[in-house]
Amino acid sequence: MKKRFMKNRRLFIGAVITGIMVLLAVAGVFFTPYDPNAMDTSAKLAGISLKHLMGCDNFGRDILSRILSGLGTTMLVALGTVFIGVFFGTIIGAFTGYYGGIPDEVLMRFNDAVLAFPSLLLALVFISVMGAGKLNVTIALGILFIPSYARIMRGEFLRCKNLDYVRSARLMGASDIRIMFVHILPNTVQVMLSTIAIGFNNAVLAEAGMSYLGIGVQPPDSSLGRMLSEAQSYLFIRPGYAVCTGTAIVLLILGFAMLSEGLEKNA
Amino acid sequence: MKYIGRKALIMLVTVLIVTMLVFLAFRVIPGDPVLNMLGTSATPEKVEQLREQMGLNRPLPVRYIEWLRDFFFGDMGKSYTYGIPVRSMLADKVPITITLTLLAFVFVVAISIPLGIFTAKHEDKWYSKAIDVLNQITMSIPSFFVGMLLTYLFGLILKWFKPGGFVNYKVSPVGFILYLIYPAIAIALPKAAMTVKLLKSSVLKEGKLDYVRTAYSRGNSTDEVLYKHVFKNALIPVITFLGMTLADMVAGSIIVEQVFSIPGLGRLLITSISTRDYPVAQSIIAIIACLVIMINFLVDVLYKMVDPRIR
Repeated sequence: MKKRFMKNRRLFIGAVITGIMVLLAVAGVFFTPYDPNAMDTSAKLAGISLKHLMGCDNFGRDILSRILSGLGTTMLVALGTVFIGVFFGTIIGAFTGYYGGIPDEVLMRFNDAVLAFPSLLLALVFISVMGAGKLNVTIALGILFIPSYARIMRGEFLRCKNLDYVRSARLMGASDIRIMFVHILPNTVQVMLSTIAIGFNNAVLAEAGMSYLGIGVQPPDSSLGRMLSEAQSYLFIRPGYAVCTGTAIVLLILGFAMLSEGLEKNA
Repeated sequence: MKYIGRKALIMLVTVLIVTMLVFLAFRVIPGDPVLNMLGTSATPEKVEQLREQMGLNRPLPVRYIEWLRDFFFGDMGKSYTYGIPVRSMLADKVPITITLTLLAFVFVVAISIPLGIFTAKHEDKWYSKAIDVLNQITMSIPSFFVGMLLTYLFGLILKWFKPGGFVNYKVSPVGFILYLIYPAIAIALPKAAMTVKLLKSSVLKEGKLDYVRTAYSRGNSTDEVLYKHVFKNALIPVITFLGMTLADMVAGSIIVEQVFSIPGLGRLLITSISTRDYPVAQSIIAIIACLVIMINFLVDVLYKMVDPRIR
């Protein structure tokens, strides 16, 4: 197991990058060099220095502190999104895959229609109806994640439902619910993990995009996407602001993408 | 022919479902549009009158069908904010967004197909591996960040274009295209990186099949096998992906339009969402949705042409 993990270079690099980013985000909850929202008028747009490792933004807020707390916000939104998607997706996928029939057909056609759609657009419909904000973004992205997850889980349950171990469980008189969630579910973990990693990847990208547009996470919550849109106005005098913030987003996405590919290969 | 007919039917059904969802979504918004327009001091008679006038008293299905009919004949209602017909607001925005997306798509194809084949052909060389690493990083950069990097490099340092200096196609078609090149590249780069990766793995997978060995045994050179046999088959999954990508790029242009201050559909959509101008937001979303569905249909048809085995 350990050897395989080291040999799978993608998985290894992805795990390292993601691990570091998660650590930074968790650390950012308890400790940031400065208060991420504290404004220091004497340090407006300050350059990189020992005092402010990444400089300050247009309000004199420490960029490093804001990136650390923004990472936390982004991760929280992604976590919520993935949780909603996985929870409902698993249930829908389990029942449709295991039982099949007309509900399966109908739900999967509906799934196809939703999946054929750019998720950003659907998220925008949600946001325009429900309003912006951290919670609404999480709910919107979470709901959007359900169909893709349900489809993958459906495939897994369809594949497993006539395997020998399921049949013997059935012979032993296990109920359908027990077979689905106690016997089959643990056998889908490999697929589940790589899908979850992709889910994180998409959630980070979507959250950053919507916050960049100003319809995602709202102030005073710091968000990487929003910081990037603020950084754009000062691109000429402080390119470092945009580069640092953007790099944080890129590393997050890169980490999850490589993790997902590595897991897929390992499966 | 039967295949195309079936796909066309599916397309129509999807259009119906999606427009219905969009219509419903904008009906569950809290708040009464009539009260919004008249204010709180309106008399009940006046409210009733306007409600009758706007057709809000009739059942939802009837309103949906009427809305759909009006939508397809180009009557999309009036903007709450500006009071002018939505249609006239959108008319000159649609070509901008479509041009931007198509230009980006051209870049994706032009970059990814040669590069994908190149890296597959020289799989074991160091430069091919270097391209792979670069590729993996490029696909993780969100298009709006690519856009900002391009603005900095080409706009502010090299001064090849003026950031924010969008030129309307009515003023100068050449200036219009020249400005759109940068946002198009921003949209295209991450997608092109994904396509390169897919094409490479697809070519390598095909290369292991029996028919390739047969082709070699008949004395074909590597290039002949690659271009005459492998390429065509390897392209099939790529076409599906490109179709999805094109649909994705229509939506992706929403963000990139904001980065480059392009007055297209996306920018108007964001403004209308923030100002709660629902008729505008609803129409734009329905238009983009129909575009996406049409693209999906065209991809299905193209797919059939490339691979006649599909039924």
